[in-house]
Amino acid sequence: MKTLDQLIAATSLFAGARPDHLEVVAGCARNVHVEADTYLLREGQPADTFFLIRRGAVAVEVRGPGRGALVIETLAPGDAVGWSWLFEPYSWHLDARTIEACSLVAIDGACLRGKCDADHELGYELMRRFAAELVDRLQATRMQLLDVYGNARIPG
Amino acid sequence: MVPEPFEVLSRRRDTADTWTLELAACERGPLEFLPGQFTMLCAGGAGEVPISISGDPDRPETLVHTVRAVGLATAAICSSAPGRVLGVRGPFGTPWPVQAAEGADVVIAAGGIGLAPLRPAVLWMLARRERYGRLVLLYGGRAPDQLLYMEELKEWAARGLEVLVTVDSAGPEWLGHVGVVTRLVRRAGIDPGSAVAITCGPEVMMRFIVAALVELGVSRERIHASMERNMQCGIGHCGHCQLGPTLVCRDGPVYRWSELAPWLAIREL
Repeated sequence: MKTLDQLIAATSLFAGARPDHLEVVAGCARNVHVEADTYLLREGQPADTFFLIRRGAVAVEVRGPGRGALVIETLAPGDAVGWSWLFEPYSWHLDARTIEACSLVAIDGACLRGKCDADHELGYELMRRFAAELVDRLQATRMQLLDVYGNARIPG
Repeated sequence: MVPEPFEVLSRRRDTADTWTLELAACERGPLEFLPGQFTMLCAGGAGEVPISISGDPDRPETLVHTVRAVGLATAAICSSAPGRVLGVRGPFGTPWPVQAAEGADVVIAAGGIGLAPLRPAVLWMLARRERYGRLVLLYGGRAPDQLLYMEELKEWAARGLEVLVTVDSAGPEWLGHVGVVTRLVRRAGIDPGSAVAITCGPEVMMRFIVAALVELGVSRERIHASMERNMQCGIGHCGHCQLGPTLVCRDGPVYRWSELAPWLAIREL
């Protein structure tokens, strides 16, 4: 059976992280199992815990009047769910719902922020990793906005 | 240069604006082709357009084209009922490197209707499945109702193709992936040292796909893309489809990315 720091190291966000940093992160983490169709995050609710997906899939959704839930992105094993625990006012901007039964590592955001405040080297390393992931998601979102399939010119 | 008559045998609606037509030659024998090649398809009175062949290269007696109605000629082709005769010239252009890729893992990255020109390569490789390593299809579309060949994808998966599908947006009833196709590259677990990649889709999408593959470690020499420019004659005479020093109808549409990249970096092209 894998330890928490091994499970955390297996995610793209923490791949290659230093063992002592992984140990600190694991100190704020626990394993959870969640049934399908369960909300992990709710827009407007306190952003106190974020998740790393070990198994299963999670839909990031936004709701609009008369439109129901619109799925913005589906997250898969290795992905992180939730960024708002990093920034004030620490409340979720979007919903996240499991679309399959999921095994997750749940990480206490306030705990990890406290560790980063106490150890700036750890804090810098984590922020660098989160920034890279955020840029990746931002690029993907920009591509979605381009609607590249709308006016495709392909022979066929 | 003279179009040959082909009769429409069947017509199937794939999406709101995309149709698949099966045609048979009226006067000549089967139209032998290689995966990735295209024909110049002509609807009388409406014009002639380059359309990639999307049929099975091992069944050349039936010419298959998946066509999106985006203009006068393509709309006329899409509305062609069985029995109507269309003009066909070709096949033209360079093929996907399906033979050179034998022994390798092959990543097939398609966006939107870009799956149609890749379908012959998929069928070719699945018919010779033992000659390849992993075969992985990364397919992205705008929305679930705009994805092509969804039933066929299940059949391909059963024959040894790993299929990852994603859409840019969807309602909660869609249980598949949502997100851009480039995000699938990392999820596919590709071995960059042994993979050959072939890609077709909107040019912006292909640039992002290539960037993701290169970031993973796949060499530009092992990435091949199908390009589209304003092809008119199909035989390298008119020059309308010039891309740098090449003519897409003659030297393409399938290029090695390492040859293509310098020209794509020039905005005026």
